[in-house]
Amino acid sequence: MAHKSILVVGGGVSGLTAAIEASEAGSEVYLVEQKSYLGGRVAQMNQYFPKLCPPNCGLEINFKRIKQNPRIKFFTLSEIEKIDGVEGDYTVTVKSNPRYVNHNCTACGKCTEACPAERANEFNYGMGKTKAIYNAHEFAFPMKYVIDGSACLGAECGKCVAACEYGAIELDMSAKSFNLNVGSIVWATGWEPYDAKKVDYYGFGRHENVITNVIMERLAASNGPTAGKILRPSDGKEVKTIAFVQCAGSRDENHLPYCSGVCCMASLKQATYVKSASPDAKVYMFYIDVRAMGKHEDFYTKVQDDINMIKGKVGEISEDPETKDLIVQVENQLTGEIMKETVDMVVLATGMAPSTSSALDTISYDEDGFIVSQPGIFGAGCAKKPLDVSSSVKDSTSAALKAIQSTVRR
Amino acid sequence: MVKKTGVYICTGCSLGESLEIESLSKVATKEGKVPVCKTHPFLCGSEGVELIKSDIENEGVNTILIAACSPRVNYDVFEFDSVIMERVNLREQVIWSQTANDEDTQMMAEDYLRMGLAKVKHIELPEPYQGVNMVKTLLVVGGGLTGMTSALEAAKAGYKAVLVEKSSALGGWMNGLFKQVPRKAPYTAPEEVDVAELIKEVEANPDVTVYTGAEILEIAGSPGMFDASISQNGATITERVGSVVLATGAVPYDPTKLDYLGYGKYENVITGLQMEEIASKGKIVRPDGKEVQTIAFIQCAGSRDPEHLPYCSATCCVESLKQASYIKEQNPEANVFVFYKDMRTPGQYERLYQQVQKDGSIFVRGEIKGITEDGEKNLLIEATDVLSGATISTEAVDMVVLANGMVPTTALGEDFAAKADTEEDKKDDGPKPEVILRSNLLNLSYRQGPEMPTLKYGFADSHFICFPYETRRTGIYAAGSVRAPMDELSSIEDATGATLKAIQCMESSAQGMAVHPRVGDMSFPDFAMSRCTQCKRCTVECPFGAINEDDKFNPLPNPTRCRRCGICMGACPERIITFKNYSVPMIGNLIKSIEVPDEDEEKPRILIFACENDAYPALDMAGINRLKYNAWVRVIPLRCLGSLSLVWIADSMSAGIDGIYLLGCKHGDDYQCHFIKGSELAEIRLSKVSETLDRLDLDSERVRMDQISITDYDKIPAMLDDFAAKLEELGPNPYKGF
Repeated sequence: MAHKSILVVGGGVSGLTAAIEASEAGSEVYLVEQKSYLGGRVAQMNQYFPKLCPPNCGLEINFKRIKQNPRIKFFTLSEIEKIDGVEGDYTVTVKSNPRYVNHNCTACGKCTEACPAERANEFNYGMGKTKAIYNAHEFAFPMKYVIDGSACLGAECGKCVAACEYGAIELDMSAKSFNLNVGSIVWATGWEPYDAKKVDYYGFGRHENVITNVIMERLAASNGPTAGKILRPSDGKEVKTIAFVQCAGSRDENHLPYCSGVCCMASLKQATYVKSASPDAKVYMFYIDVRAMGKHEDFYTKVQDDINMIKGKVGEISEDPETKDLIVQVENQLTGEIMKETVDMVVLATGMAPSTSSALDTISYDEDGFIVSQPGIFGAGCAKKPLDVSSSVKDSTSAALKAIQSTVRR
Repeated sequence: MVKKTGVYICTGCSLGESLEIESLSKVATKEGKVPVCKTHPFLCGSEGVELIKSDIENEGVNTILIAACSPRVNYDVFEFDSVIMERVNLREQVIWSQTANDEDTQMMAEDYLRMGLAKVKHIELPEPYQGVNMVKTLLVVGGGLTGMTSALEAAKAGYKAVLVEKSSALGGWMNGLFKQVPRKAPYTAPEEVDVAELIKEVEANPDVTVYTGAEILEIAGSPGMFDASISQNGATITERVGSVVLATGAVPYDPTKLDYLGYGKYENVITGLQMEEIASKGKIVRPDGKEVQTIAFIQCAGSRDPEHLPYCSATCCVESLKQASYIKEQNPEANVFVFYKDMRTPGQYERLYQQVQKDGSIFVRGEIKGITEDGEKNLLIEATDVLSGATISTEAVDMVVLANGMVPTTALGEDFAAKADTEEDKKDDGPKPEVILRSNLLNLSYRQGPEMPTLKYGFADSHFICFPYETRRTGIYAAGSVRAPMDELSSIEDATGATLKAIQCMESSAQGMAVHPRVGDMSFPDFAMSRCTQCKRCTVECPFGAINEDDKFNPLPNPTRCRRCGICMGACPERIITFKNYSVPMIGNLIKSIEVPDEDEEKPRILIFACENDAYPALDMAGINRLKYNAWVRVIPLRCLGSLSLVWIADSMSAGIDGIYLLGCKHGDDYQCHFIKGSELAEIRLSKVSETLDRLDLDSERVRMDQISITDYDKIPAMLDDFAAKLEELGPNPYKGF
């Protein structure tokens, strides 16, 4: 007897979509997410290209779809330990890590007021701090607090436990494993920003004002560490000159041989963040090819006049030790001249590396680390190939149907 | 159903310490005369929930009003079968956004409770719409790669499919290919075309009925109950289908429009498709028989050109690379030039690009200035090398291949609106009509026009990033290059995704439920036809073409096409359209339930009509961030701002409300409204009400509308204060107290 339910691994926009779409066609779905909230990387973004609309708008609708749908069960702070079986009949072991906060949590926030310990705010890529017990972000779904076990002072402190009127905090909560029986699996574990430190000649990690495109999203977000003001890290100065350095890792045999597919549009979009905050800002974009596919060309056409578009791969970024300004060195392929531009801040358009940390031998990957689908196990979204949000949604909807087929076939 | 109402007030999360719960309870028991009213310090805890459950089971309570946190949270805790349930948001939108233990805060909480009581009084449990002879068969229009994939994927999921192809054989453009672009790692070399196997598989599948050499004469009806008339060999066949996938693809951009590139003038200037044809025959020779030793590809021949196709056709770079690859494979000594603006090989296609570069093809970033022919019919290309700025001329090349882009089939045909407009329609000052071209693909019997409405450049796209399959014709989903320029692999995925959406629609329709975004909603609009004046507002304004018209302009609703946004309800001047749980009188009574203090109390009232999808959560967010905002406001969430009835403005004004603030989604080209044009329609309606207000000597500035997104919560306090200041300037509503 085949199992009729479907497991979706990853609760970002791809996994959410696969889970919701499959369940709205009638399937029972389990959704497993590693973080304490659903929404993944898009929840950390300020706007989507090319509409410049907020990701939380679509997430809100998707969460509403989950709320009214009894066929989806989701597990946050959870990961896959083991997959046994074949298409139609898998036994999956899921490990649920402790939230230290149970379902009684009303998100009233009294625990956070009481908590004396702090941790770096990972939602803001380490910029700013939260308490050890915290709400991941204001749109977090589910809206339940969570404790960072490594920052928490433990039972000896126990101030949050005393502050909570609802018995919601269990400092002795421990990890639990359980099995799920499913007919098929959608693997939608998404992507990691490529480690910009590996492109060492760009100075990320050494030069304070070299940031990455994902960090830029947090700087521009009104719920980010700078309340939406684009200020450079070294001195909080408003950014007046900025350089976007494309293919920082992508299209490079030494790093990511493929094109990450989204960074051109992302940088063009981020240029609009800078220009709308400060219309006289000088924006450079150094690129190899501008890849604005399909109707995205319209967006490129619209914004390129505001940007100094320079074809050329940046060779090196150095820092003026006094001012912390950055000097971007590049050979302009149009003119052949070696340019040296001094800017307040550099945004590295770091690409997407597939999230393949999990060492499960059931899942197979291609040479770039992207998942290869097999009967019963289907890749979706950026775990499968570099995709923008809309393409990820499309891909995940298609993976949902493939997963349904595995449950009805036998 | 005789209602027995229970009101449950939570005193947790500081509600008890911030409000006078006793007076709040009196609103329920004394004013609302509810038989059951209880408070609990932790209502969402198991004991609190049990309290409610026990009243349902033992006390016969069947209508529940929970006064606690926002309905956005604890949805799973406060879930009770077969009862009417409403939430009063005292936490996020009262105590978290107002000063605790303040007279104004208490008044706000009491008003919200009154509004909740007024609402449950009006709500009835919806009963799902039941269609007649509903089926779960999918109709796929177009038998190319996308269409065949769709039909087959539906069959593999256990559904029947009907596949209609215009030409005499399945396969579409794929039939003309010599090789296909790589679809799997390592993505470095062209693959053999596998469309023949796909055709065989489709033809052999017992659940797929194939009509080739066939066209759709008409599609009438609605999801679950579409009747498609198919003409084949002079006969007409009718198939009842549940939903439709439009997979009619694209056509190559007309190369005769590219005479500046020598097409039509010089016989050795060919298109990409002609290249495939030549290669399929074996040795790559040019039309006059000469062996091709030197060849040039011209990218963006038409695409990315405001004179031709302003968009990027997305596939041409990879297609040309594929052709360069097989030319080099056949003849490693061949000279291959590629003239390009930007090489666009996203994702793993970059590997094909790298391989073709390694194999020795030469890439020139140039704008083509002109192409000329020499005495031996070889071609000379003059280009501006964008990299060096210099004008370069190639040696004579044997053949030029134009990468001529694609045009969606929905972009071909006369404008429906141009002809169909009656004089009356032309006078209509409503929103711009949808763009529908008579492309002869679906021939829908819809009042709004016979085909899918298209967006920019004629693509039948959705324009929702998060919901690419959102459609303005419920149950009809576009897939493949008719939706957006896309390659083969993307088309396969797109076909599969659209098929799932089509399946969902059939399943939901069969159960009488709405599809996205109000998935699962069982309510649907009821038309009190005896009061209809045939004004056509509802039929014109429905963004989904759900309502047809008879020849006397009476609306003919199609409940399974309906998305339950309520735009028709807001549009109807006679207020004949109601849902069981959402109606003009219901909101009217909510308004009337608000206690408006006398003028001398100097407590004005501002009514906010908020889109429940974005503005309402934004108000919650203001509370979650403990942003204090104006205490005069009372918020009424609407399914969509487009469901706003102008009567509510009059109701509010005559109730003495001082100002009305409409908060809806962004509209315009980059609209964010989940019902496409709801917020725009609200704004148009509002412009009409201004005259009425002026006539009543009420300043039209008493009604304001703004577009806000879910993340604009930080702006809300200032927006409200600004409006409040304006109202103070205008003075109290003169109708107060009447």
